[in-house]
Amino acid sequence: MTEEIRAQSYVGFDSITQQIEHKLLKRGFQFNVIVVGPTGLGKSTLINTIFASHLIDSKGRFVADEPVRQTTEIQAASHVIVENGVKLRLNIVDTPGYGDQINNEGCWDPIIKYIKDQHSAYLRKELTAMRDRYIQDTRIHCCLFFISPTGHSLRPIDVIVMKKLSEVVNVVPVVAKSDSLTPDEREKFKAKIRDELAYHNIRLYPFDTDEDEEEEVQLNESIRQIIPFAVVGSENGVIIDGKSVRGRKNRWGVVNVEDPNHCEFVHLRNFLTRTHLQDLIETTAQIHYEAFRSKQLLALKEGVQRPAGGATQQ
Amino acid sequence: MTDSYASSRNGDASNGLGNGSSPSLVPTAHTAGLSSVIRKKLMGYVGFANLPNQVHRKSVRKGFQFTAMVVGESGLGKSTLVNTLFNTSLYPPKEPLPPAAERPKTVAIESIGADIEENGVRLHLTVVDTPGFGDFVNNDDSWKPIVENIESRFDSYLEQENRVNRSKIVDNRVHACLYFIQPTGHSLKQLDIEFMRRLHTKVNLIPIIAKADTMTDEEVAEFKQRILVDIAHHNIHIFQAPTYDNEDEETIAEAEEIASKIPFAVVGSDQLVAAPDGRLVRGRAYPWGSVEVDNEDHCDFVKLRQMLVRTYMEELREYTNDVLYENWRTEKLLSMGVAQDSSVFKEVNPAARLQEERVLHEAKLAKMEAEMKMVFQQKVAEKEAKLKQSEEELYARHKEMKDALEKQRADLEDKKRRIESGRPLTPEKSSTTRKKGFLRT
Repeated sequence: MTEEIRAQSYVGFDSITQQIEHKLLKRGFQFNVIVVGPTGLGKSTLINTIFASHLIDSKGRFVADEPVRQTTEIQAASHVIVENGVKLRLNIVDTPGYGDQINNEGCWDPIIKYIKDQHSAYLRKELTAMRDRYIQDTRIHCCLFFISPTGHSLRPIDVIVMKKLSEVVNVVPVVAKSDSLTPDEREKFKAKIRDELAYHNIRLYPFDTDEDEEEEVQLNESIRQIIPFAVVGSENGVIIDGKSVRGRKNRWGVVNVEDPNHCEFVHLRNFLTRTHLQDLIETTAQIHYEAFRSKQLLALKEGVQRPAGGATQQ
Repeated sequence: MTDSYASSRNGDASNGLGNGSSPSLVPTAHTAGLSSVIRKKLMGYVGFANLPNQVHRKSVRKGFQFTAMVVGESGLGKSTLVNTLFNTSLYPPKEPLPPAAERPKTVAIESIGADIEENGVRLHLTVVDTPGFGDFVNNDDSWKPIVENIESRFDSYLEQENRVNRSKIVDNRVHACLYFIQPTGHSLKQLDIEFMRRLHTKVNLIPIIAKADTMTDEEVAEFKQRILVDIAHHNIHIFQAPTYDNEDEETIAEAEEIASKIPFAVVGSDQLVAAPDGRLVRGRAYPWGSVEVDNEDHCDFVKLRQMLVRTYMEELREYTNDVLYENWRTEKLLSMGVAQDSSVFKEVNPAARLQEERVLHEAKLAKMEAEMKMVFQQKVAEKEAKLKQSEEELYARHKEMKDALEKQRADLEDKKRRIESGRPLTPEKSSTTRKKGFLRT
């Protein structure tokens, strides 16, 4: 245990935080999100709601003669949002058509492949002899997994996909269109989902590591109590009490998206942007990317050794 | 008896008649295509207007049967809706399976039956549930068990119809199929389209948008439009409420209203909540308000119930029996090789047919007779000829013999004369042999 010394007079190295901030503000931040879930659950709408801007369009099939979209058409949409001088470069990857076919075997493969490809591209850039100073980070930092609000339990396809995803990316499960569940039903459904996830040993973000302090552990614990987030998304504004808020208006009432009693959107947004944004980016780099990297390099080494061993034998 | 009819031939309002009924009676031939249907107006009350009541009493005594099938992915509220429709808890609340439990691998078919009674009318209701539809990763052929089940019900009905003793026929054919659509807001999913395409010729399809309290009004309207366009695009035939000519305006308006709301956007609930005006109604309570199931503004549940139970239950049953079942039966019998001989139906009247047959038969007999006669004649002629021939022969022989005899006689006469005239029989040798000749002869 190294001794902590107190300097006799003010040195001034505590301004390093401001220096870093200044540098980082110039560079801007990068955040990549992928949304996965069956069609029609409001994925695009939710993203637009979280970032309070129209970032992506719904990819649903609206016309009868349009063919059903394939999951292989995965594309990223890039946007830059600025808030208080902080530049955030957002990459949103939307996956249309997951689980839409009659036979959905292997519909998750393109998604997993896409995620791994991003890791692979980053690794390649890292390993080149002449590499850029700041490598553009397209690795997916967070995956929002949408669950259909059936009120019963997870569907078999959901379990399989979540399991595969949680091995390569941070998965945050979300119950979509939760305005179809009464508060009672919601609680029961969430408890059931948590049970099922525990049963199938699916590791969800946030992870606890040894370095975390007491309050961080507590924060993570409280997040784990709320997961999966039961949300409602809306881009339209409705008038409640003279104020314009985002919500959905029906004949029997108005759902206020930002009201914590109505849905857990606020919790999700705070979690994603206000408390755990940095942590998500870091965990991706430190845990998922490292795992991928070590596997790749070991495989490469074996690949190099075996032909060399074969050559010496001859 | 004919006086009361004949008296008002001229059509004047006759004051001699006691009752105030219309006295006119001119037999009018109904010329619109029928040959001679004569419509007569009655002079007094006969009483056959009571027939519907008799039918009613009989049906009530017999009781009614109705089978409905609910199809859709799990969690769309099928069981709740069935409970709400018939206002009984047909389905107990579902116990979710623990994660370790074995999940079934194929679509199961479960049916629950209940006898419910209302105002003296008994209904034997059967609801067929299809748990597992659309829940698997690979949903290929998930409609197969359902199609097979419907066809097997048709099969069993066909078998019952062909029995020797048909007095007790149990009708458990599926009369209506409620198909639950997920409220995505987009167009129909592949699975929905495939399923509907395979079943619309075998059962009355009624599409329903489940959990419609998720969507706002505009979303519901748009979604319904899209669904209808999809259905038309794939030529899927869903159940349409039929309209008849002689119905009153009210019924027609009602039918149109119901038809305009298809597919129905429903909310199901068997719990009671407090409505804004304080009453307890069936609905769902949210933090932002309560949805009332029986309120027409909130959802289409009332219309669905009307269509299914109050107005068109009999139509559904009839359509299943008359059209869907008959089509299936025709297909099946044709495929079994039973050929349809359409010439049998030329003469419908059996008496005339008999007459025809008799005539034919007689003609046949006459022909046979003529033939036989001819043959007979022929034979006779033959025999005659033969006989004639032998007669001639005989005659010839007779003549021959006669001639021979004559000749002999002539000879003998000659000899006799010679002997009597003393001449020697033979001119040279007469002296020597005369004495001897005499003795010799």
